[in-house]
Order: sequence, then structure tokens, then C-alpha cells
Amino acid sequence: MERMALTRSALRLFSGRFTQACQVRGYADAPSMSLTFAAPSQVLYNNISVKQIDVPSFSGSFGILPAHVPTLAVLKPGVVTVFENDGSTKKFFVSSGTVTINEDSTVQLLAEEAVPVDTLDISAAKELLAQSQSQLASASSEVAKAEAEISIEVSEALVKACE
Amino acid sequence: SQQVRGMATLKMISIRLKSVKNIQKITQSMKMVSAAKYTKAERELKLARPYGIGAQEFYKKAEVKDEEGEKGQLIIAVSSDRGLCGAVHSSIGRIVKTDIAANPNTKVVIVGDKVRNILQRLYAKNIAMVVTEVGRKPAVFGDAALVAQSIINSGIEFSKGKILFNAFRTVVSFRTTEMPLYSQNAVANASKLPVYDSLDSDVIQSYTEFSLASLLFYSMKENATSEQSSRMTAMDNASKNAGEMIDKLTMTFNRTRQAVITRELIEIITGAAALETKN
Repeated sequence: MERMALTRSALRLFSGRFTQACQVRGYADAPSMSLTFAAPSQVLYNNISVKQIDVPSFSGSFGILPAHVPTLAVLKPGVVTVFENDGSTKKFFVSSGTVTINEDSTVQLLAEEAVPVDTLDISAAKELLAQSQSQLASASSEVAKAEAEISIEVSEALVKACE
Repeated sequence: SQQVRGMATLKMISIRLKSVKNIQKITQSMKMVSAAKYTKAERELKLARPYGIGAQEFYKKAEVKDEEGEKGQLIIAVSSDRGLCGAVHSSIGRIVKTDIAANPNTKVVIVGDKVRNILQRLYAKNIAMVVTEVGRKPAVFGDAALVAQSIINSGIEFSKGKILFNAFRTVVSFRTTEMPLYSQNAVANASKLPVYDSLDSDVIQSYTEFSLASLLFYSMKENATSEQSSRMTAMDNASKNAGEMIDKLTMTFNRTRQAVITRELIEIITGAAALETKN
């Protein structure tokens, strides 16, 4: 009899904790995503757990959440938005690079140049756009034309990022 | 004539002394310069490490293996143009030599003149490309991109590849390390590649090309730091050795000087004593 009472109370205790644990797990059950976002001369995130990352890529802009399907993508000039775990959002302009999403939800975002968007100067960006357009007009060889087109693409993205 | 010889030896010693003192000044200033460059290089390396380590992650996670094939091996030997930095260049040269001996179908891309000098005599036909003007200024990504582009443009094909460089450990030690390089085919045939979604050959090509530049940049940064710290140690040792030589030479100089004076005194006294006894 005593043993029954003991086990019953133990069960109640256990089940109470169990349901509580279940509730907690339901909310934060999403596996975490570890982001390494770096450029050759600076580290922006080094194995930091974040909620979401929006990246501009040549195969389309997409958002990366934990447990995103593994993939590789090439970055297009544009804005990367990082949604951190504490709710804050940070935007960075990237010129080019690659993004790797692995099976274990680690993300490596390697950008050739990455700067916080609020450090961009819109007038300098517009000037760069005008310069690149005149460069394209005066380009003679295929290589020069391609370089000018890349320059235009980057400056257009820069201007867009500033707006 | 012995007197003359004593003086000549004295002059020779003093010339030698002056020259060793100059050398000590030079090695000391080289040490100072290397120390400053080392501090900068280490700072930049710290910022570049996450980038370099991140660039290798995909190949580890996707379990990419060397291509099965007979296209041979590609070694990119990363070093620099300048010497007087200890074992930095020779350790790379040594490993390349053993590799070529083991696998004659090897092409080497040499970054830095010093390794070229080591390999040129016996392995000139394995050298595919040499990059010079390396090491004077700290490497930037653009430099690595230039080298990567040249390698890609040259159309070198390989089944197995590696980047050989000196990884920086501490101020007094570095380790000659290799990072694996995989061809596009190797990536396409990786065991875990099907896990990765929506990949076409364009993406793989761009990815591997950018990877090459990134890994090269990282290896250049590590090598630069190892080189500067090694040069610091080497110049410090050279200054200490020069100091020891100066001490020994000064001792010899003083002894010789005293011997010359003593000899003169003896001659004077003997002459005076001879005159006295005559009288």
C-alpha cells in the first residue's frame, strides 16, 4: 500500500516535470545554427548561434534558418541580414563570396568584403555607379567590359543598400 | 720585425672587431624591424583565421576525397622572397623534394623566390609557375586572388592537390603544414555531395575557385607570421653570437696590445741595461 502511494506520488512528480519539460522543449526545440561570417581581414561572427540569415546569391536571395537543407551558393553583391538570438538584426553589405550550409546546421559565410550597412555613404555609392557606367561605355576589350559590368553590379547594389 | 707583426695583428683585430660590431648593429635592427612586422602579421592572422578555417569546412563536412585519376599531384608551395629567417624556406623545400621523389608526376606552383632557388637545380621540370615579389608587403586577398586566377588560367589539372605552408604556432615555433586542395571533379564526386541541394557545375566551379583564393590567402597570412617570428629569432641569435665574438675579439685585442707594449718596454729596458753594464 505504502509502496503504491510512493510510486503514485513519484509518478505525479515525474509526469509534472515531464509535461513542463515538454512545453519548454516545444518552444526552443529548433536546433541551433552556428554562423561563421568572415572576410579576409575581419571576423564578424565566429561560430555564433543565430536565428536566421538572409543572403543575396546568384541563385536568388534566400533566408537560412536552422535545419536548412545543406547547400552551397555564390554571393551576389548585396545585403546580408543576420537575425541574432536576442532579437536584434544586423545588416552587412557584401561584395562577393560563398555561403556553405552543412548537414550539422553550421553556416560558413565567406565574403570578400563585408561592411556594416550604416557605414556606407550613398553619395559615394552613386558616384561609383556613374563612374562604372562611363567605364562600360569606354570599355574596349571583353575583359574590360566584364570588369565594368561587375563594377556596375556592385555599385547598383551599394546604392540600393543605402536606400 | 716582431714588433711590426704585433702592430699588424693589432690592426687586423681592430678591423675585424669593427666589422663584427657593424654586423651586430645590422642584425639588431633587423630583429627590431621583424618584431614590428611580426606584431602586425600576427594581428592580421588572428582576423584571418576564422575565414581560413571556415573556407576548409565544406571539404571536411562533405567528406571530399582526392579524385581517382592519373592527372598527377599539384603542390602550391607558399613561402617568400627573403631569407635570413631560419628554417622557413628549407622546410618547405625539403617536403616538396620528398613528395616529388615519391610521386614524380607532380607539378609545383612556387610562391616566393627562395623555394624556387632550392628546387631549381634538380626539379626544374616539375616547376609549373613561380610567383615573385612576395613577402615585402603584407598579403591582401587581391594577391591571393591573382595567384589563384593564374593557376586557373594555366589550366593545370590534378587529381590530388595540397597547399604547403608554415602554420604559425608561437613566437618561437612554427609547423610546416599542408592543406588539401580538391579538383572540381573531386568535389562533384564527394560522398556527401548529394546531401547538398540544388548544385550545378557553375556553382561548384565558382565555389572551388573562390575557395582556392581564400585558402591561398590564409596560407600566405600564416606563412608571413611564421616567417617574421622566425626571422626575429634568427636575428636575435645572430646578435648574441656577434656579441660573443666581440667579447672574444676584444679580449684578444687587449692581450695583443699589452703584449706589444710589454715587448717595447722589454726592448727599451734591455737596451738601457746593456748601456749601463757597458758603462
